[in-house]
Amino acid sequence: MKFICLGYIDPNVPVTTSETEWHAMMDSCFDYDDQLRANGHFKGGEALQPPNTAMTLRYANGRVVVTDGPFAETKEQLGGIMILEARDLNHAVELISKHPGATFGPWEIRPAADLSDMMRQSEERRRRKRAR
Amino acid sequence: MADLPSGDLRSDLDAIYRAEAGRILATLVRVLGDFDAAEDAMHDAFGVALQRWPVEGRPASPRAWLISTARFKAIDARRRRGRLDAAQADIAATLHARGGSPVGTDDELPDDRLRLIFTCCHPALPADARAALTLREVCGLTTEEIARAFLTSAPTIAQRIVRAKARIRDERIPYQVPSGPELPARLGAVLAVVYLLFNEGYAASAGPALTRSELSAEAIRLGRVLHELLPDPEVTGLLALMLLHESRRLARTDTAGEPILLEQQDRSAWNQALIREGLALLAPVLATRQVGPYTLQAAIAAVHAEARTAADTDWRRISALYAALLALQPSPVIELNRAVAVAMHEGPAAGLALVDALLARGELTDYHLAHAARADLCRRLGRRDEAAAAYRQALALAPSDPERRFLERRLRELG
Repeated sequence: MKFICLGYIDPNVPVTTSETEWHAMMDSCFDYDDQLRANGHFKGGEALQPPNTAMTLRYANGRVVVTDGPFAETKEQLGGIMILEARDLNHAVELISKHPGATFGPWEIRPAADLSDMMRQSEERRRRKRAR
Repeated sequence: MADLPSGDLRSDLDAIYRAEAGRILATLVRVLGDFDAAEDAMHDAFGVALQRWPVEGRPASPRAWLISTARFKAIDARRRRGRLDAAQADIAATLHARGGSPVGTDDELPDDRLRLIFTCCHPALPADARAALTLREVCGLTTEEIARAFLTSAPTIAQRIVRAKARIRDERIPYQVPSGPELPARLGAVLAVVYLLFNEGYAASAGPALTRSELSAEAIRLGRVLHELLPDPEVTGLLALMLLHESRRLARTDTAGEPILLEQQDRSAWNQALIREGLALLAPVLATRQVGPYTLQAAIAAVHAEARTAADTDWRRISALYAALLALQPSPVIELNRAVAVAMHEGPAAGLALVDALLARGELTDYHLAHAARADLCRRLGRRDEAAAAYRQALALAPSDPERRFLERRLRELG
């Protein structure tokens, strides 16, 4: 099964660790990512730049309104996403709980929704529409 | 080594997972001494198989290959951690020494699976977690499959499993089959989980019928494993009980999914192979006179299985078996069943007297089947108003739609 794992961070927590500690932390994260990759669990992922680099688009009163900043002003902000291949939810929980990044903040793990049926039906509708 | 088209590999590996994961995990937990590490290593080994089998071919003994690969994966994982934590180095070295020996199927001890079952059903774990853990770790079901079978959400089941595993770790629940005076009580907890799984799948009160019947199949599979590994009369009794119940599965409901009473079932639809197997298991256990509650319930199911028609049923024997069961396991529900059996050979008045005495004690006031039984006995005695009132009471308490529809039908038939 494919799971989307959303890793959150609290950007207001000051980084107090030394450079050596920081490097060790990053190395352990990338090392674990490599391990996930080697075992076929890492199907993709990206770290995100800080929330102040974000823009949010919203449809309001018939037009798109653009604001700066992330969608929700909460204490914890999305820091990165990972696409994880796991046998089931418990397996995904186990894999993420060992990720050194789990010490930065909470992770949300959600199964990917299978839209293939919906997409096939939509393609069929669009094909018929074009044929008309 | 046989070539395998890569398209079939995933389904092949899935089948191996379902059939072998419990055994592989059981061995790995013993070898590695850690539940989570064992599970990680096993998943990793399946991952490696997915990459290597298309190139190298499917090994002659997939299980031995997976155990061996998982073991090296575990060593690898500990080494990696060892880089950050030097104290782990010793453990990795020890493991490597152990893992260096040639790996064969004899790596697996016959009671590895028993250890796993006893750990998953440990009384220190919450009752609802035991069933979920057993299904996932021993039967190889996914969290999502277990959630569907129990009609709940995957996160709920996942939470139970995560907490149960933390408990196993924190309380250092030993990975072993208990012996001596501890065994009977601990075995009781294991058999209770197996029977609960069977009944979850047999009650068919809600949910997609297919998923539910799979639960019964898993329970029977577990019963067979226990029977093979642990010679105990109650283990055999439980397996016989499940097989005899299972033999009637197809006859229990009509095409619309409505329940059919035992006396009205088409007995030619009963699965004779399962009946034969159940009876053959039961006979030697009954002969030993070491008869426990599961064996007695199996003996009752056997009386029904052996009756060619409903009218041929030996109700006197069933009443006697229920009386013996009550002596071992006092319970108002068993008393109710005995009352119904007594009514069948001594007449409805004798049965009704027992049911009324039971209801007067107040223990079964909220149990719909007690009122349904009373209604049926009143009907047979021609006491129509009382029968209708009891059917209505049963209706108000019935937990599932098919049962409610059944009671409504009986109520209408009263006229």
